[in-house]
Amino acid sequence: MSLVIKGFEDFGRYLLLLRRSFVGLLRFRLYWQLWTHESIQIGRDSLFLVAIISFFVGAVTTVQTAYQIVSPFIPKSTIGAIVSTSAILELAPTITSLVLAGRIGSNIASQIGSMRVSEQIDALEVMGINSATYLLLPRLFGALVFFPVLVIYACFIVHIGGIVAGAFTGAVNPTQFAMGARSFFEGFQVTFMLIKAVTFGFIISTVSAYQGYYVKGGALEVGAASTRAVVISCLMILVADYVLAQLLL
Amino acid sequence: MSRLSIEHISKWFGTNRVLHDISFSFQPGEVNMIIGPSGCGKTVLLKCIVGLVHPEEGKVYFGDLDFLQADVETRRTVLRNLGMLFQSSALFDSMTVGENVAFPLRVFTQYGEAEIQDRVSYCLERVGLAGVQRKYPAELSGGMKRRVGLARAIALNPHYLFCDEPNSGLDPLTARRIDALIQEITGEFHTTTVVVTHDLKSVLEMGQKILFLYEGKAEWQGEKKEMVDNLDALPLNLQAFLRASGLVQR
Repeated sequence: MSLVIKGFEDFGRYLLLLRRSFVGLLRFRLYWQLWTHESIQIGRDSLFLVAIISFFVGAVTTVQTAYQIVSPFIPKSTIGAIVSTSAILELAPTITSLVLAGRIGSNIASQIGSMRVSEQIDALEVMGINSATYLLLPRLFGALVFFPVLVIYACFIVHIGGIVAGAFTGAVNPTQFAMGARSFFEGFQVTFMLIKAVTFGFIISTVSAYQGYYVKGGALEVGAASTRAVVISCLMILVADYVLAQLLL
Repeated sequence: MSRLSIEHISKWFGTNRVLHDISFSFQPGEVNMIIGPSGCGKTVLLKCIVGLVHPEEGKVYFGDLDFLQADVETRRTVLRNLGMLFQSSALFDSMTVGENVAFPLRVFTQYGEAEIQDRVSYCLERVGLAGVQRKYPAELSGGMKRRVGLARAIALNPHYLFCDEPNSGLDPLTARRIDALIQEITGEFHTTTVVVTHDLKSVLEMGQKILFLYEGKAEWQGEKKEMVDNLDALPLNLQAFLRASGLVQR
């Protein structure tokens, strides 16, 4: 019972932190600098990791799909259609976001948590700066802008991985893959993918910032908050994934 | 010079009452000390004054303004006239020393880059740290970090300066240097300075008006001279605190 009450308390504090982060804005130039910095961390620094993971996700999905299609009556282009649709609807947004929850979520929670325990957040408040706005807003907007970019990039790489693996194993040639991908493509799938990306970016940046912002104690607690940020973000992503699929498909 | 006073401040953490009905009027333009043994509530009281902790009861007056009852924007305006040196220095580790000192100037003033750099150089020179602008806080010693914290605190010419244990964990020579700096800056900028410490050497060196806390209660307040001259007339806890330091006669 106390766990449920604590959950509600946490959710309430999370909402209050969100509300606080939109008031008492400072001059635009300051946020622009912070946003640029955060965007580099979220966007550019994640490119390599996202590329590696997406490539292998595409490759594995192609090989496993080919393994399951044993009937000679099913055209090989079906492999391309399945991999492509899976990539757009699920693999690119969800897998990428789960990976980024680990990389970016833990980073945000530990950065803000360290600032809390070393009194840097108190220093901001004593200067008359709304620390919630200063710390959360640039990270949130960095995530909202760059998660869709990373997910589109991931989606592209998943396709590359699928094409390379298909050609390498002889399961499907690139032309058949592309034909299958095109034949089942619908524009709304991309819209759905981008809605997921924005939602997941929001979840990761705000949940992680919340976990870091309310850290009490020292280095040990910062580590624990960082772990909590990743776990809760991942859970929330999976719940939101289901809710969005139910609502929009 | 800027008046600062507190009235009937009480603070609870859960069921634990850490501050009991504390009232004190700080001497404008001088160094005021909040002293007492560890865990007596000094830092909590300081945080109550600057609004980092909200007391359940009591008032804090900056001039004639009831700070705790003021709206957020008014409070922020007051806070912009206030500098604080934290026990941990609280420098932003992602910024260089120069950026740390420049930070309040960039946020709150319309200064151009050249003016900001001039002011940063002046503040760092003032604390004896000219030429370290490009270093990061991680590259500095504890004493240097405190001095950079002090430079950042005075960057906006504050009316009030708050120092939380400014020399704890420092060697005696550096500690005295920090004390001397706080005293000089108080005189030079005419700030109302509040220093929280349990270091009696600091009290004797720079304290003017003193508030002694014991177990969350204000046990004694007055001028330093009164305290040193009339040791036997002081509360027993303060006598014990002073004698334990070995700096006053047993």
